[in-house]
Amino acid sequence: MDILLDIRDVVTVQTALDFIQTPECGGEVMFAGTVRNHTKRRPVVKLFYECYREMAISEMHKIAQQVQQQWDIKKLVILHAVGEKFPGDVAVVVAVAATHRGIAFDACEYIIDTLKETVPIWKKEFFEDGEAVFSLTP
Amino acid sequence: MSLLLFGVVKDVAGAASISFPDHIKDVATLKRWLYDSYPALKQLKSMMIAVNREYAADGTAISAEDEIAVIPPVSGG
Repeated sequence: MDILLDIRDVVTVQTALDFIQTPECGGEVMFAGTVRNHTKRRPVVKLFYECYREMAISEMHKIAQQVQQQWDIKKLVILHAVGEKFPGDVAVVVAVAATHRGIAFDACEYIIDTLKETVPIWKKEFFEDGEAVFSLTP
Repeated sequence: MSLLLFGVVKDVAGAASISFPDHIKDVATLKRWLYDSYPALKQLKSMMIAVNREYAADGTAISAEDEIAVIPPVSGG
């Protein structure tokens, strides 16, 4: 399995799509998480993501290993953005390629669900009313 | 010994790293010291300690050579 894991200021869907492209695979599944302009109906102006970089990459690597043990995935990408992000910006991209689509859907969902539980990245929400708080739920 | 702070814990302590007393030798004692020093942390639904970039159980020993960090509830994605 080929793996691309990265944490950077800007991440793009295209980076992931380019990486997973291979003629041996017929199923490519990608998830993009983008910044919402509200949290529980409260308007959000921007987010700020911070991470514990070395540990975050290490935890992403563990997720990739778990995927490799469970499914025959040929390509795997996890990209997460850090810094100031505005509504519509891409915050996270997960993509996988497999011979057929079924396991690609399963693996992609497993990756994003697990990332939200284990990877040390934190999101601070800046609300329209001026308050700024770290989100305490994934 | 030195402790890396992130997210809401960094905000509560007002610093990205703090020092803790040398007599603290394991994760459980460190957590108790943190809750005593910063009572606001008791409101968190979880607070993990990472030792050398791995989530550590309460019984894990710590020493000055280790990289130790407080991991509040993560919220990536």
